[in-house]
Amino acid sequence: MTPSTNLTCDLAIVGTGIAGMAAAVFARKQGLSVVQAGSTGAISYTSGVFDVLGAIPASGKDDGIRTIHQPFAGIPALLEAFPGHPYGKISPEDIRCAFHDLIEFLRYAGVSYQAGSDRNYRVISPAGTLKHTWCVPKTVLPGCIALEEKTPTLILGFKGLKGFSARQVVANLKEFWPGLRAERIEFPGFESGELYTEQLARTLETPDARQRLAEAIAPLLSDARAVGMPAVMGMHRPIKVAQDLAMRLGVPVFEVPTMPPGVPGIRLKEAFEDKLPEIGVDLFCQQQISGTIPASDSPFTLRITGQPVEREVRANHVLLASGRFLGGGLAGSLDGIAETVFDLDVVQPETRSNWYQVDYFDPRGHAIHTTGLQTDDKFRPLDENNAPVHPRLFAAGSILAHQDWIRMKCGAGVAIATAYAAVEAIAKP
Amino acid sequence: MQTDVLIIGAGATGTGIARDLALRGVHCVVTESGDINAGASGGNHGLLHSGGRYVSNDTEAARECHEENLLLKRLAPQCVEDCGGLFVAVQGDDENFIADYPGWCAKAGVPVKTIDPDLAREMEPVLSDKLIAAYEVADASIDPFKLSLENMAHAKALTGSTLLRRTAVIGFDIEAGRIVRVQLVNTVTGEKSSIEATQIVNAAGAWTDRVAAMAGADISMLYSQGTLLVTHERMTDRVVNRLRPPGDGDILVPGGTVSILGTTSVTIPNPDLARPTVAEVDVNVRQGAGMIPSLMDTRYVRAYCGVRPLISAGGGDGRSVSRGFALFDHEDANLSNFCSVAGGKLTTFRMMAEKTADLVCRRLGNTKPSLTVSEPLPEASACEWTEPGRAPKLWAARHDSGDELLCECEMVPASAVDEIIHSCRDEFPDPGLQALGKRSRIGKGSCQGAFCGVRVAAHLYENGQMDSRQGLVKMREFFEERFKGQRPALWNAQLVQAELAEALHCGLLGLELVNPDDPQEVE
Ligand SMILES: Cc1cc2nc3c(=O)[nH]c(=O)nc-3n(C[C@H](O)[C@H](O)[C@H](O)COP(=O)(O)OP(=O)(O)OC[C@H]3O[C@@H](n4cnc5c(N)ncnc54)[C@H](O)[C@@H]3O)c2cc1C
Repeated sequence: MTPSTNLTCDLAIVGTGIAGMAAAVFARKQGLSVVQAGSTGAISYTSGVFDVLGAIPASGKDDGIRTIHQPFAGIPALLEAFPGHPYGKISPEDIRCAFHDLIEFLRYAGVSYQAGSDRNYRVISPAGTLKHTWCVPKTVLPGCIALEEKTPTLILGFKGLKGFSARQVVANLKEFWPGLRAERIEFPGFESGELYTEQLARTLETPDARQRLAEAIAPLLSDARAVGMPAVMGMHRPIKVAQDLAMRLGVPVFEVPTMPPGVPGIRLKEAFEDKLPEIGVDLFCQQQISGTIPASDSPFTLRITGQPVEREVRANHVLLASGRFLGGGLAGSLDGIAETVFDLDVVQPETRSNWYQVDYFDPRGHAIHTTGLQTDDKFRPLDENNAPVHPRLFAAGSILAHQDWIRMKCGAGVAIATAYAAVEAIAKP
Repeated sequence: MQTDVLIIGAGATGTGIARDLALRGVHCVVTESGDINAGASGGNHGLLHSGGRYVSNDTEAARECHEENLLLKRLAPQCVEDCGGLFVAVQGDDENFIADYPGWCAKAGVPVKTIDPDLAREMEPVLSDKLIAAYEVADASIDPFKLSLENMAHAKALTGSTLLRRTAVIGFDIEAGRIVRVQLVNTVTGEKSSIEATQIVNAAGAWTDRVAAMAGADISMLYSQGTLLVTHERMTDRVVNRLRPPGDGDILVPGGTVSILGTTSVTIPNPDLARPTVAEVDVNVRQGAGMIPSLMDTRYVRAYCGVRPLISAGGGDGRSVSRGFALFDHEDANLSNFCSVAGGKLTTFRMMAEKTADLVCRRLGNTKPSLTVSEPLPEASACEWTEPGRAPKLWAARHDSGDELLCECEMVPASAVDEIIHSCRDEFPDPGLQALGKRSRIGKGSCQGAFCGVRVAAHLYENGQMDSRQGLVKMREFFEERFKGQRPALWNAQLVQAELAEALHCGLLGLELVNPDDPQEVE
C-alpha cells in the first residue's frame, strides 16, 4: 500500500443510505473530518418522502394497526408497545433538529423539503392508497393540500409508463374526493415504447419539453384546480420544474411517488453524491469497506476496496450505517442472521421458522424486521455481555434492532435521528 | 343445470376423465372448489416418471409409469420435455441397493442403462465428485398446468363440456340408491346452486374420502404433504434422482428455466392445512446437497407443497403406501351412479381416467372405447403463456414497441394479459391477479410477483377490468398467496428481494392497512 492511498479521519461512515448520508452532513457541521464508503444503499429505492411515524403495528394477532396522525405525540404509545425502539434514546426536539439540519443541506443541494408541524401529511400513493408521512418534497406538497381541501384535481398518467395508472388512483380515492379525475396522455416526444421515469425527469429539465407537456395537458384541464402526475419533474432542480409547469398551466402541479426505483429517490442519491464532497466529505460510492475491531485504545484501520486503488483508512470513530438486507448490512443464511462488516451480535429469533409470520399482511408485522443491532444510549453496539463492543464504534439507521420501519413508517425518521444522535455523541463525548 | 356426467375436482385426473368421456361423445361438467389444478396436480414435482423411482418397492406402479411415460411423450409432446433422467449414488449410499437396481428395473420392464460415474459428471457437471454409481432412465418433465388446461380445452371443443371454478360440492340428494342432485356452493360469493347428472365421478384428490363420505361411502386415505423448492435457474439438463430407497430431497427435476428440488413426505391431519414449512425446506436442501453440493447455496425463489392422495389399506406411512390407484364403484354403499378414483400419479392420470371412464360408460350404456391411448392431445393456444421459457420467445417474436413488459422476470407483456383475459372471458368474467397467474408465468420469476403484481393491477385498472377498492383487495390476496411459497425459502438473495417487496407493498403502498369496507379515514 503506497502512502498516497492512506487516509485519516475523525469519523469513518460505513454505508451510503439515508442514515450514512445524513451522518456525513451532521458530522461536517460539527467540524469532524469524514471518510464515507458503501455500496449503493437502498436510497434510490426510497419513495423520497421522509416518515417519522405513521403506524403502530398490532401487539396481538387480533389487534388492529393504529394509524398515527401526529407522529411526535404518537412516540410514547410506540415506545409502550415496542420498548426497545431507537426513538426511546432520542428526544423529539433532537429529531426535529436533525430534520432541520438535513432539510437545510438538501435545499442547498437543490431538493426542497417541507416538514409538517404536528401532523403527518397524507400523500397519494401510486395505488391510490394514502401514505401518512411527516416530511415531503416540495414537489409532492401541493397534492397533500389538494387532498386536504378536496380541490377538483386531474391525475395524469402517461402511455407506456407501466406500474402507474391514473384511473387506479382515482378509482380508489373518488369516494371521498368527488372532484378527482383521471386522464392518460402520450408524453410529448415519447409517443411509442416504454417510458422510464428517470428518462422523463431528465427530459423535463429543458423549458422546451415543459412547454410541450403543458400544451398537451392544457386541453384536459377543464375545471381542475390542480394537476398530479407521476414523479418525473426534473432531476436537479425539481421545484423549478414544478413551478414552471404550474405557471404555464395556471394551476399547481404535484408529483405522485412511483414504484421503486423512483425519481425522488434517485434525486436524493445524486444530491448527496454531488454535494457531500463539496462540504468536505471523502465519499467513496459503490465501494466495499472492511476492517476488524481494534483494541479499545487504538484507532480503526479500515480498507476500502472495489476500485483500482485500494485505500486504507485510519479512523478514530466508526459509524456503522450499513442498512439491513437490501443495503447489505445484515445477511440472512440458513443458519441465521449476521452483521456483515464486523460480525457483531445480532438480536434475532431462535430459529428461521420464526422470522416471518404465516400471513404476509399480519397486522403485527414480521420478526425479521425488528432484528438487528442492540445499542447503548449513545448508539454503540453491544456485545453478548451488554457492554459496548468498542468505545468509539457507533451504529445508526435501519440496522438497529427493535424497529420495523416498513410497518411503523419510521424509516427516514430512524435513519436521520439516530445518525444525528450518534454524531452528537461522537462530537461531544 | 344438467349434464351427462358431473366430475368433482379439476386436477389432472378430473380433467383427464372429462377429455376421455368427451372423446366418446359424453357431455361433462367439471366442478372445482378452487381453480384448475388447485390440488396435487398444481403442487407436484412435474416428473414424468420412467418408473425407475418405484422399481425397488412397487413393481406394479413402476410398470404403469413406464407405459404411460411412453404414451404421453408421443401423444402430448407439447406438455413434456423429454430430458431423460439419471439415478446416482454417492459415497456412503447402500452398495446392495446399487447392485440390485438393474435387476429390479428388468423385473418391472423399465429400461435402464449403467453408465460410468465420470461420464455422468460430464453429462451433469453439478453432480457431486463423490459419485460412485449412475444409471440412465427415461424420465422426463411434464407441465401439469398445460396438461390440465389442454385436457379441459379439448373436452370443451368436443362436446361443449365446461368447468365450474370456485364451485365446491357440499352435499348429495340421494333417492333409491341414486344421487339425483348435487348441491354446490360458490366458494367466493357463498351462493348455492345444484346440478343434476346421470353419473357422478369423484376425482377430488386428497379430498376424495370427504366427498365420498357426503354420499355415505367409505374410503380410507392418508394425506401425505410433500414440499418442493424452485431454484432461480435451471441446474441440470436431466432429471437427477438419488439412487436409494425413496426419501426426502432426493430428486431434482428441470422445469423449463428452473429446477424443482424435492420432496418431503409428512403425514398431515387435514389436506386443507397443507403449507410448505421451513423445516421441510431445510431437509430438502441438506439432503439434496449430498447429490448436488451447489444446492446448498443456490438461490431458491419459492417453495410449494401438495398433498398426495394416497389410499391407505390400513397402516404404513406416506412412503410405504402404494402409488397405484384405486377405482371405487361404491356399489357396496348401495349407489349405482357414483364412483371415486384416487391414488396413482400425475404420470398415470390418463390410465386412471380411462379406467374410470370405462366404468362410467358401462353405466351410461355407451359402448365406445377409450381413445386417449391413440388420439393426440391438441395444443390449445390459450395455454402458451404457462410454459417456462416460452414467453420470452413469443415476446421476442411478436414484440411491438408499444407492448409494455408487465412481468420483467418472465417477460410477460401487456398484450398477453389482454389475450388471456379475452380467451378466458366466459370462464372467468372477473379476472383477478391469481387467475392470471395460473394461466401465465406472471408472479413466477425471481421477484415472485412483487413488482409485476403491482404493474398488472395498474394495467387492469387502466383497462377498466378493475374499477373500485376491490382491486386493492385482489392485490392483497395475490401477494398473500405468493408469500405462502416464499416464506420458507427466504434467506440469502431471496431475503433481500423479499425485503424490497415488503417495502413496496407495505412501506410505500400501505396495503396492510387496506380495509375495503372502511375507505381510509378521511376527516
Ligand atoms: C409433493 C408431490 C409431488 C409429486 N410429484 C409427482 C411427480 O413428480 N410425478 C407424478 O407423476 N406424480 C407426482 N405426484 C402425484 C400427483 O401430483 C397426483 O397423483 C395427481 O396430481 C393427482 O391428481 P388428481 O386430479 O387426482 O388430484 P388433485 O390434483 O388433487 O385434484 C383434486 C381436485 O379436487 C378439488 N376438490 C376437492 N374437494 C372438492 C369439492 N368438494 N368440490 C369440488 N372440488 C373439490 C380440489 O380442489 C382439487 O383441485 C406428486 C404429488 C405430490 C403431493
